[in-house]
Amino acid sequence: MNYTVLLSQMLQATLMSLRIFFSTLLFSVPLGLLVAAGRRSKVKAVNLPVRFYILLMRGTPLMLQLLFIFYGLKPLTGIQLDRVAAAQVAFLLNYAAYFAEIFRGGIDAVPAGQYEAARVLGFTKRQTFFRIVLPQVCKMILPPMSNEFINLVKDTSLAQVIGVTELLRVTSDWVSSAVSMAPFAIAAVFYLLMNAVVTRCFTVAEARMNYYR
Amino acid sequence: MPLLTARNLYKSFDGTGVLKGISLDVDKGEVLTVIGPSGSGKSTLLRCMTQLEAVDRGEISVCGETLVKTGENQSAVYSDRAACRRIALHIGLVFQNFNLFPHFSVLRNIAEAPMHVLGKKKAEAEASAMELLKKMELSDKADFYPCQLSGGQQQRVSIARALAMNPDLLFFDEPTSALDPELTGEILKVIRDLAAEHMTMVVVTHEMAFARDVADQVVFMADGVIVEQGTPEQVFANTQSERTKAFLSRFNES
Repeated sequence: MNYTVLLSQMLQATLMSLRIFFSTLLFSVPLGLLVAAGRRSKVKAVNLPVRFYILLMRGTPLMLQLLFIFYGLKPLTGIQLDRVAAAQVAFLLNYAAYFAEIFRGGIDAVPAGQYEAARVLGFTKRQTFFRIVLPQVCKMILPPMSNEFINLVKDTSLAQVIGVTELLRVTSDWVSSAVSMAPFAIAAVFYLLMNAVVTRCFTVAEARMNYYR
Repeated sequence: MPLLTARNLYKSFDGTGVLKGISLDVDKGEVLTVIGPSGSGKSTLLRCMTQLEAVDRGEISVCGETLVKTGENQSAVYSDRAACRRIALHIGLVFQNFNLFPHFSVLRNIAEAPMHVLGKKKAEAEASAMELLKKMELSDKADFYPCQLSGGQQQRVSIARALAMNPDLLFFDEPTSALDPELTGEILKVIRDLAAEHMTMVVVTHEMAFARDVADQVVFMADGVIVEQGTPEQVFANTQSERTKAFLSRFNES
């Protein structure tokens, strides 16, 4: 087993995992905010479809969603995404649903008195949300968000079911061809390192937000 | 002409009448205190006059501008959004639970609305915020966060925050009810000082001695109606109604 080749291939596959990780965060956080707003809407025509979407995303396996978007979209819509794009879309839709529920919980946890104080002072709804509510939500949702971020790092390994050459796929290929368990151990270290960084980021963020209660 | 006029205000929650025909006037420079048992509708009255709740019917006008009037079908008709907003800017409200913004420093709590609602420059807003803090004897707390302050200090910050908007009329919703007796005094002193400066105020309070001493006009509410209304002497010393006498008896004994 040539470790230089192994490591270089695993690193390259890690870049693919990270690509899925970051693209998911980039799009699912804003989409999650929108979904949370829709979920909180009192208009049934908005609220009900959004609830169905959240049920669908949280109620079916992410692996199934990956397979569906890669193989199932073409017969239905004629759109064929390439493997990586399909993975990115599936992750984005799935994680937006989870984020939306976290955001909703955070928004609902801001006391009514905050909205009332802002209103009496003359802040517009928009100012109230962005200046008063959102900063407080950000602090509250850090712990559940760190869970999701960590899950996402590990979930990127699911993309292999539609043939994306991410870290775990490359690792298993090496394990079967080289008949060695070493690549598994190395992959574990890679995932651990990535999540150590994620954890560290959240620890720093929580410490920074700790100036108020 | 009164600064605030309320006529025949009605408000119910889920069919339960909370305000059943409340009328009152507040003149410029006057202090009106509202007393009465819990659940009598005092806070709801305040919330209706500060637009946190909408009345079912009745009339409210502030500084000569109509906020709401009773329409032809006996339901409340509110003025357009621009008028409601103009009226809101005449009014300040101090809450029982302060409702300071926890993620802002004391200074920013006070300066934020003048900057982003009134469009004042940062330096100007912060300079007047510092002046208000000085008045509240909290100059050294400008960079603190609300969670670092005592309840009494937080309430003084919230009074400063309301004053920073230069309201013509200031409402207090049981401003000392969340405070222990030692801290109550410092808030009552601040309100007394404001009264001495002829700030127009409506104060809902359970502090009877304070309600009597600071007021030009006292309103006693029970079960959604004004049972007794008049000068402090009239309400406290020459009480007419049995209901008011019963409520005040405990206070008068002590």
